[in-house]
Amino acid sequence: MKRLVHHALFWPAVTLALLLAASSLFNASFLTLTWRDGHLYGSLIDILNRAAPLMVVSLGMTLVIAVRGLDISVGAVVAIAAAVAALMIGGSFSATGEVQSQYPLWLALGTALAVAAACGLWNGLLVVKAGMQPIVATLILMVAGRGIAQLLTGGQIITVYYPPFFALGNGFLLGLPVALWIAGGLWLALHLLLSRTALGLFVRSIGGNPEAARVAGVRSSAITLCVYTFCGFAAGIAGLIVSSNVKSADANNAGQLLELDAILAVTLGGTALTGGRFQLAGTVIGALIIQTLTSMIYSMGVPPEVNLVVKAALVFAVMLLQSPEFRGIVMRVARGNSSKPLDGVKR
Amino acid sequence: MSRRLLPLTITVALFLAMAAFGAIRYDGFLSPQVFLNLLIDNAFLCIVAVGMTFVILSGGIDLSVGAVIALTTMISAALLEAGWNPYAAMAVVLLLGAAFGALQGFLIQRFNLAPFIVTLAGMFMARGCCYLISTESLPINDATYTAIAQARIPVGFGSSLTIGALIALVVVAIAMRIAHSTEFGRTVYAIGGGESSARLMGLSVDSTKVGVYLLSGLTAALGGIVMTFYMLSGYSLHAVGLELDAIAAVVIGGTLLAGGVGYVFGTLFGVLILGIIQTLIAFDGTLSSWWTKIVVGALLLLFCLLQRLFEGRTPKTA
Repeated sequence: MKRLVHHALFWPAVTLALLLAASSLFNASFLTLTWRDGHLYGSLIDILNRAAPLMVVSLGMTLVIAVRGLDISVGAVVAIAAAVAALMIGGSFSATGEVQSQYPLWLALGTALAVAAACGLWNGLLVVKAGMQPIVATLILMVAGRGIAQLLTGGQIITVYYPPFFALGNGFLLGLPVALWIAGGLWLALHLLLSRTALGLFVRSIGGNPEAARVAGVRSSAITLCVYTFCGFAAGIAGLIVSSNVKSADANNAGQLLELDAILAVTLGGTALTGGRFQLAGTVIGALIIQTLTSMIYSMGVPPEVNLVVKAALVFAVMLLQSPEFRGIVMRVARGNSSKPLDGVKR
Repeated sequence: MSRRLLPLTITVALFLAMAAFGAIRYDGFLSPQVFLNLLIDNAFLCIVAVGMTFVILSGGIDLSVGAVIALTTMISAALLEAGWNPYAAMAVVLLLGAAFGALQGFLIQRFNLAPFIVTLAGMFMARGCCYLISTESLPINDATYTAIAQARIPVGFGSSLTIGALIALVVVAIAMRIAHSTEFGRTVYAIGGGESSARLMGLSVDSTKVGVYLLSGLTAALGGIVMTFYMLSGYSLHAVGLELDAIAAVVIGGTLLAGGVGYVFGTLFGVLILGIIQTLIAFDGTLSSWWTKIVVGALLLLFCLLQRLFEGRTPKTA
């Protein structure tokens, strides 16, 4: 029992379970799954489908945070990838009434992902080679990136008319959303890569102490560069899912505030913001917590904007719980040892 | 010339070069009113950026300022609608802004939390509170507010300033005084230079760190009041992304993001450069507004790389 409580995924999982339980109180049919039109159907599936882009971005963000970095440009990269894909696919009606894509689908998707990965590489170069603070380095792409996405789309919403593209965000495979398969596949690949090879150890050692890792012979620069590139790539995948889901690319709003949600998902999942310790599965649960919360607030009939206040309260709670100073105070109060009052803390 | 003044010199030179380019390229650019408008249209940004300068000088960051501005406009509009005295409403929002900033500062200082994540949560919280008041835009019809909004102060040559722009200039002057000739200001520089050394020197690091965020909250609320004069409405979507503009203005103004080096005066020019980019794009007429973002991004990159060159001598341990 004690081991269970101390497992890193225990609290995130409990939070998610409580949220799901609360949701089912408000909405009796919340947990029911039905088989309709050849796939599973229900609120849970809806949450999984909607959480997929956030999961994918957050997985990339987890690794960046694990190497003591931060990437606040992911929202802009989502917009860029969506714009590239939508522009290259487009779609026009041929004489036979069939919709043609402008370029082959694989080429459009490949280019969008390559551009997104290049964005990540750019961030990585600024951090590793130019030695900038991660938040500043990625701030540049956050500001300029959205401008670039708007430049690509001419400030318009680009509509896609080519049906095969819609499968990414709306399709189903073996009864489950395609987007979920993508997010799950990415998680599995990362999990295997980081637990079966030395890479996971390297990432942890860079996050724990970059200088010590370098001296110990870990190629920190190359690995950090790869991590940022992967984060851009992941944001690109999310961009494709999002644009496929809404069948268009909106350079102004696609991925807006996504960086904040991603950071929140990573934190909720138990990854330390100071680097070194990371939980990929925790991040997935974190993304699910955020999406469940959003869906719950919608179904309760509360204005969806209240979401922001709830999220803020969550961030405050999580970061206080992660703070050793705060835990120390709580422990002292819990033990009833109030003989040494701290300044600023009553009694 | 002192090495420390070099970034500031580059900033001022860049501003003059852009002004000269505009003057040569476009008719009517070189009129006093065009330049005063830079200040009028960016008064709130200037005020907020001044507060942000102190935060960045101390080695921190405040992402909540845009949301605090929106909340200020919202609370002002709601209070005025409820029939409050306009000056009482202003005092209340200033107090609230300062309290909000101080609370964030307390969390950062007392629990040793990362400034960006605390202020990020603060940003969510302030925006969320806006929506709790109203999701619609609230108009302001108060006589005092309208009078202040419409007032023009002639400064000669047939040109004029608004009260908001005047407030911005006064804030810059006061902030320069605070930064360079008070104990608080010197401590802020010392903390940015090295927190543990500042502590060993016996400086009041803890209260100054809280004070920096209090000041940032206060300037954000003041910026919000000036924005209410400018917009005459309260809206939850006012000043979205303003925190990024403020950070960009501070960086372009030559303040090192690592903290410890920079000038409030530089921030004023950072704001003016952001303003002149928009003015140039507006004068050109063929360029779309998104070019602003791309140019600002490019300038940010340029200045950050420049900073790395200056920092080069002192290796930083992250």
